[in-house]
Amino acid sequence: MSQASTELIRISGHPGTVPGAGLNREFQVCKLVDTTTCIGCKACEVACLEWNGYTFSETTFDNSYQTMPETAWNYWNLIKFNEHERADGSMMLLMRKDQCMHCEDPGCLAACPADAAIVQYANGIVDFQQANCIGCGYCMTGCPFNIPKFSPEARKVFKCTLCNDRVSVGLEPACIKACPTGCLHFGTKKEMKEMAQTRADQLRDVSGFADAGVYDPPGVSGTHVIYVLHDAKNPELYGGLPKDPHIPYSVRLWKGPLKWLGNLAMVGGLLGLAWHYMRFGPKKEEPIQPDNGNGRRP
Amino acid sequence: MTNGWVDIKNTDMMLIMGGNPAENHPCGFKWAMEAKRNRNAKIISVDPRFTRTSSTADLFVQIRAGTDIAFLGGLIRYAIENNRYAKEYLINYTNAAFIVKEGFKLPEDGLYSGFDSAAGTYDKTTWNYQEGEDLSGKTDAPASAAHAAPSAAAAPAPPPALPPNVAYDLTLQHPRCVFQLMKQQYSRYTPETVERITGIPKEQYLKAIDMFTSVRKDGDMKQVATIIYAVGWTQHTFGTQIIRTAAMIQLLLGNVGRAGGGVNALRGHSNIQGATDMAGLFDSMPGYLKVPTPTDADLASFLKRTTPTSSKPSPWGSWNYYSNTPAFFVSLLKALYGDAATKENGFGFDYLPRVDRDYSWTHIWEDMYNGKVKGMMAFGMNGVMIGPDTNKNINALKKADWLVVGEIYQDETSEFWRAPGITADEQKTINTTVYRLPCAGFAEKDGSMTNSARWVTWKYAAVPPPGQARLDQDIVAQIFLRVRDLYKKEGGKFPDPILNVSWAYADSAHPSLSQVAMELNGKALADLKDDKTGQVVVKAGQQLPGFALLKDDGTTMCGNWIYSGCWTEAGSQIQRRGTEDPSGMGVFPNWSWSWPANRRVLYNRASCNLDGKPWDPERKQVWWNEAAGKWAGNDVPDFKADSHPKDHLGPFIMNPEGVGRLFAPIGVLAEGPFPEHYEPIESPTKNLLHPEQSNNPLVKKFKSPYDKFGDPAEYTIVCTTYRLTEQYHYWTKNNPMNVQLIPEPFVEIPVELAEEKGIRGRDMIHVISARGKYTAKAFVTRRLRPMMIDGRKVYQIGLPIHQGYRGIQEDAERDARTPANLLTPAVTDPNAHTPESKGFLVKVEKA
Repeated sequence: MSQASTELIRISGHPGTVPGAGLNREFQVCKLVDTTTCIGCKACEVACLEWNGYTFSETTFDNSYQTMPETAWNYWNLIKFNEHERADGSMMLLMRKDQCMHCEDPGCLAACPADAAIVQYANGIVDFQQANCIGCGYCMTGCPFNIPKFSPEARKVFKCTLCNDRVSVGLEPACIKACPTGCLHFGTKKEMKEMAQTRADQLRDVSGFADAGVYDPPGVSGTHVIYVLHDAKNPELYGGLPKDPHIPYSVRLWKGPLKWLGNLAMVGGLLGLAWHYMRFGPKKEEPIQPDNGNGRRP
Repeated sequence: MTNGWVDIKNTDMMLIMGGNPAENHPCGFKWAMEAKRNRNAKIISVDPRFTRTSSTADLFVQIRAGTDIAFLGGLIRYAIENNRYAKEYLINYTNAAFIVKEGFKLPEDGLYSGFDSAAGTYDKTTWNYQEGEDLSGKTDAPASAAHAAPSAAAAPAPPPALPPNVAYDLTLQHPRCVFQLMKQQYSRYTPETVERITGIPKEQYLKAIDMFTSVRKDGDMKQVATIIYAVGWTQHTFGTQIIRTAAMIQLLLGNVGRAGGGVNALRGHSNIQGATDMAGLFDSMPGYLKVPTPTDADLASFLKRTTPTSSKPSPWGSWNYYSNTPAFFVSLLKALYGDAATKENGFGFDYLPRVDRDYSWTHIWEDMYNGKVKGMMAFGMNGVMIGPDTNKNINALKKADWLVVGEIYQDETSEFWRAPGITADEQKTINTTVYRLPCAGFAEKDGSMTNSARWVTWKYAAVPPPGQARLDQDIVAQIFLRVRDLYKKEGGKFPDPILNVSWAYADSAHPSLSQVAMELNGKALADLKDDKTGQVVVKAGQQLPGFALLKDDGTTMCGNWIYSGCWTEAGSQIQRRGTEDPSGMGVFPNWSWSWPANRRVLYNRASCNLDGKPWDPERKQVWWNEAAGKWAGNDVPDFKADSHPKDHLGPFIMNPEGVGRLFAPIGVLAEGPFPEHYEPIESPTKNLLHPEQSNNPLVKKFKSPYDKFGDPAEYTIVCTTYRLTEQYHYWTKNNPMNVQLIPEPFVEIPVELAEEKGIRGRDMIHVISARGKYTAKAFVTRRLRPMMIDGRKVYQIGLPIHQGYRGIQEDAERDARTPANLLTPAVTDPNAHTPESKGFLVKVEKA
């Protein structure tokens, strides 16, 4: 959908606030997930499913409240439940909404070989264009968060769009709208960072979480989904959130130096060819010498 | 709720106990999170399990199910010992200073004075105040022989009543003043004793009660704490008393009537508050008026019995608002019987049935099992599933002649004859005729819903009911009209109560719910004049502006006095959607309408000191405006508008005392003026306070073969039931989306128990009580831990109630199809008649 739609500031006959008012889409957008106020109600899971038109699938009880082990090609938003015992013996039930992080430096995009199968919008949203997807699955190896998932039926890869279709018409993503506790917020990256930092400070100063902090990993140049964590030093506790995510070196190497080298080799080959052509001219077909009769050339 | 959902954002401290709002009231829980984020408010979560509410708490304490009174009693002791209570509030706004009759005995042995062990009942004569005057500083009580005299008379003594003038001691030193008695009562609840009973280590317990009472450090009144609970408190054989203990704590700490304070019940359905208000109960009439009993000869004697007279220290005032009971009740009778309700026939009082005994939920099934109840109409509920002892209920239905179920799904009740274990041969022997009526779903009907915060909010139908489905009121109307026709034609023993029912709806076969709402609000039947000026205030036929104008002479009608004001001449107040909140305190005075009188926080006069100034100037609710000579406020004052603070009118206007009750005198509660810790009927231990009187002495057990109780030697594990955020009761198991989120039933068991029994997560296990067997997968978790109860290790387990034998997964036979209530006992609280589902005994086996 177009990114050039106009922001709403007033709506006739509409009670309450105007969705998206005050959001200037020239800025980078950001989703804030405050895991310390998440109650694991899964309203975001259902909202995501309903907005994106996916139907339910069969699940099995897995010794957890968690709906399924990982996100799926048709289940983009999953609360990960983790029981954690703190050093003082007290219990924690860590609940983290897992979804695409919309990296500033997206590994999926870096890894993708298909023209325009993955795009990054000016507002920061990283979006898959399934029409151009060739189903190679390289994006899956490129992602440090294990997010893109392959659909065996469509033979294409899918993931959260940050509700690009909603955001582009001035609405907040479906998960944000459904959240009952205000654990999810949506706004500009600047605002969300400030809000996250304020909350993290409060957790440190008031609630006794000395290591509370904001998760906005620099390894991928920051993300457009950021977390407030009680324990920012150990993000792995929250269902395997990587401590220092990077685009895998294989992808970096392949899409960086190797690609450059490859290109160099290719261009070098061409240049060599051109030089050879200029230096030696075209290969001429040698006239067939008449045989002198004894089978030897003169 | 004394307060409301939005008001929780104003609090500084939350004790969440007997409830799990994050999971069961997620939308309302936003206000708890807002208090946390914006006010640095703290949450203390006390629960048998570490829940999703606990995950947001500042402190979690694991308690043994059913020991809440011990926990709270110890809190009262701690608050008094550490001067963490509201002294001025306590003396002036509660009955702390009232002096109790001589002869009253505290339950050191588990029994209050007056217990008749043969009959199993109490003579409550001594549970009363002493008549008299100011005894401040006089520790020697005057002889009370004068008061003993009437009982010595030969004629049968009149039922005990509260004295009009109560003796009091404002220094709170008199040994029989309520404060001293309360102090003595809870002096036994030491942290050590609480640890032995509840299983909470002493240090943890002290941390929790220190945190909660810290709002009243050195008696400072600025901060406010709230107590939030749900059915984890009500579903015990002493549930009402747990809630009373919470009320006492909030009175002691001066938290009632204040923004961010109160005692807040979270209701489990969108309209369960409305159901209670409308008296969906056998023992109350709409608006919490009392029901007639066989001893009430006529209206006059009934009103005399049920209209309280004030009982207070003589210099104080008490509005005693229930002195208006005759106006409320006569207006109700006028709404019920219209023109047939005349002064001559006591406004149709004799049309009302007399309630002669307990007809509560468990009794209905007991009576059906014994062949006394022949049929049942089940609307808006799944009868087999919701109550205790599912097996008994199914077997009771087998004996009924007929069953009518109005539902949108085929539920366990209408399919009781197909419950697991009933063979095809047995099915042929069941002669109950089942009528299934397709009803409209929630989105297909309009009407009002009353939420936990007492907000009466109108909702509109989204779509019409599909196919042959009909609105509930249409079904009820049809049944009523046909029954009335039969009575008209055939007469019968006493047709008058049916023939004279007022049915003044424009379309009698399809009553409009807005007309019902207008009927609840009430209207004038004659011109109503102002007492002073003689001017007509409301003309005959007009809607009433509120309950203040109700009359006891038949000139007004009102279906429910507390709803008067909901649909006035100005129109429907319950359809209002104003989002203004001038005070910023979440009052939203123009959003829907709350009973009573659009008041959002009850008893809000108590948010001010004696001079009428708010305890906390930053959270101003109401205040005395000296210039105007009346009370003003951001909320509607819950008080006599022109009562000067100097008049010392009590802020608890619904009590005849005018003050809050720390001591509940005669007639208020069945088992005693102060709550006492009793063990659940099935408990792993004897009562450590009084082993000879372990349980609530007033609990009665049924005698049917299904009413069996487990021996703690065999059934060693404490079990509790609960709900999950992903499912809604027994309903959403028919919705694929909810089923995807929680696909199967499970049992949460501690890691240690699992290891002991060789159970791994996802293994099928049986949970067995004396009454039934439940089968589901094991959820092995560290969120439940073994507890030390009086030096013995006790395990607790929990299981969600949602699944049964009818639903998407059940129909596909993907689970064991066993309802949770197969396990629970049909024993109830003697006050509210709520069954004991939270805390019973089981054993666990690998399947």
